[in-house]
Amino acid sequence: MSTTETSPKTTAGVPTVPPTPSRVKDIVRQLVGTPRVIVGLSMIALLLLFAFIGPLLTGWDIGERDYLALKSPPSPEHWMGTNATGQDIFTQASAGLQKSLLIGLLVALMSTAIAALVGSFAGYFSGIPDRALMWIADLALVLPSFVVLAILSKHFGGDGGWFVLVILLAGFSWMVTSKMIRGMTISLREREYIHAARFMGVPSHKIILRHILPNMSSLLIADATIAVSTAIIGETSLSYFGLGVQAPDISLGVVIADGSRFATTAWWMFLFPTLLLVILVLAVNMIGDGLRDALDPQSKSRRS
Amino acid sequence: MGKFLVRRLLNYVVLIFLATSFAYLLAATNLYPRGYFEQMQPPPTPEAVNAQLDALNLNDQTPLAQRYVTWLTGVVQGDFGQTIQGRDVTDQVWLKAGVTLRLITVATILGSFLGIAIGAYAAVRQYRRFDKAATVASFVVLAIPTVVIALSVQIGATAINGALGFQLFLFSGEYSAGFRGEWWELLLNRLHHAILPTFVLAVALFAAFARYQRNMMLDVLGADFVRTAMAKGLTRRKALLKHALRTALIPTITYFTFTFGLMVAGATFTEKIYGWHGMGAWLIDSISQQDVHVVAAVSCFMAVTIMIASFLSDILYAWLDPRVRV
Repeated sequence: MSTTETSPKTTAGVPTVPPTPSRVKDIVRQLVGTPRVIVGLSMIALLLLFAFIGPLLTGWDIGERDYLALKSPPSPEHWMGTNATGQDIFTQASAGLQKSLLIGLLVALMSTAIAALVGSFAGYFSGIPDRALMWIADLALVLPSFVVLAILSKHFGGDGGWFVLVILLAGFSWMVTSKMIRGMTISLREREYIHAARFMGVPSHKIILRHILPNMSSLLIADATIAVSTAIIGETSLSYFGLGVQAPDISLGVVIADGSRFATTAWWMFLFPTLLLVILVLAVNMIGDGLRDALDPQSKSRRS
Repeated sequence: MGKFLVRRLLNYVVLIFLATSFAYLLAATNLYPRGYFEQMQPPPTPEAVNAQLDALNLNDQTPLAQRYVTWLTGVVQGDFGQTIQGRDVTDQVWLKAGVTLRLITVATILGSFLGIAIGAYAAVRQYRRFDKAATVASFVVLAIPTVVIALSVQIGATAINGALGFQLFLFSGEYSAGFRGEWWELLLNRLHHAILPTFVLAVALFAAFARYQRNMMLDVLGADFVRTAMAKGLTRRKALLKHALRTALIPTITYFTFTFGLMVAGATFTEKIYGWHGMGAWLIDSISQQDVHVVAAVSCFMAVTIMIASFLSDILYAWLDPRVRV
């Protein structure tokens, strides 16, 4: 954070200062000027279209089997071919994409929220709460998350079971961000406007929620974007061993795992879902990287 | 400095203990070893199953606390109990840990050095062709899960082998079964098998490091102290290597600790896909076999490796950043 930047609140009452430039307008201008973000956003838009309109376009249901076309290559009937049991890859991939997107978004939201709360409380209070919270973060970093997820994978089945997976994925991905937020909170804590709020008797939790966290919103948004792709990749890796989303739910990882066993004999089963996944993660990463450059004042210096 | 490291080390031991205990308790409550024996053919009598489970300290009718204490007494004496087939876990840990450590160590060194070198050079050449190529490459690799990289490399290797008509790349197992020869032939055979899995792991690590190091280096390049270094007459090369890169490495060292955990998980997938009998593959097999003690032992191993990485990065940090040393 640069020290010259002041929040609009502190300058609002002073008439001699020219009107503060709108931060939102500034950011939008910068985002439009970053081709990465635009390309990423349009790729995401196309993927969303594919995920939500795709299943309506084909005549096939997710689980439906076409016994006349087992393991058949792409054709007018099955646009991305079928798998060994005759299920339509296009339908499966689009449905899987839906769930993968949903998992990614939810995990990112949750883990960023946990990271923001833990990091800012630890940084603001210091002392024992800080030590305790950071120790928990350290412990969570040491716990092999893959082991925990794999052991608990039997709970991912059934109705809403995928939500358990979301909670666990989020529970293992907040630590690094929370440490970063803690560091920033410590430097923000000594700013004049925080002191002012404290001397006016604003309770600590309000200071954190209303003054400290909004000040880091740009960083939080950029980080949440990166968390989306991390979660999607994590889910895919788990699904490869059958430890991720369980049937009847389907995710992109499940489709890829199914296809990988036939990757050399029936390339379409592996190639199409994998391509979708790579494009999805690439798009999310491009947006996240562009956002970070546009929003993070620290990184601005390096772009000039 | 010494005191700082000792305090760190103590903290690590406590964390490893807690992580392993947690893994044991989780595995003991969620895995179902009874099912493993019940589905044997011919089905054993319930008494026989109970006797087996009691012998292995896996009986779910014994209170969890009692099982935990029995297990822990063993662990403190260096005995991680027995696998569900009744073999000694500790003996196998040493065998399998060796396999995994070989894979991880080489890939980590290779990947991080390449990543740091390429990332730092890309920063110096910002917006030139090299920078752009490096950025695109790391973005694409970061978008592909390790599992998919491992599979794709395997498919590619099969295709190349098929086209060449002989086995240029080997991708199954850690060495050829039944291979005999001089010690250097054995070594060569192992190296030959290690090429692809190491490459897979190193590539994933390389991308993350190149990206991170480039950003850190860019932050430092415009700093006053680099300009001062050049102003006082250092060559550009010397100023960049001794002042800019050294400072830019400090945050990367911290980053290394965090990525190492992901690396260990990535090794799990790579081992399984390439048929290496290391810790990761063992873990996946043991979960499907409801093998509680193996899960706990592998968790302990993973926690220890992560802690070693973090301890090493503490030392490196102190070496690079004089402020920590006082």
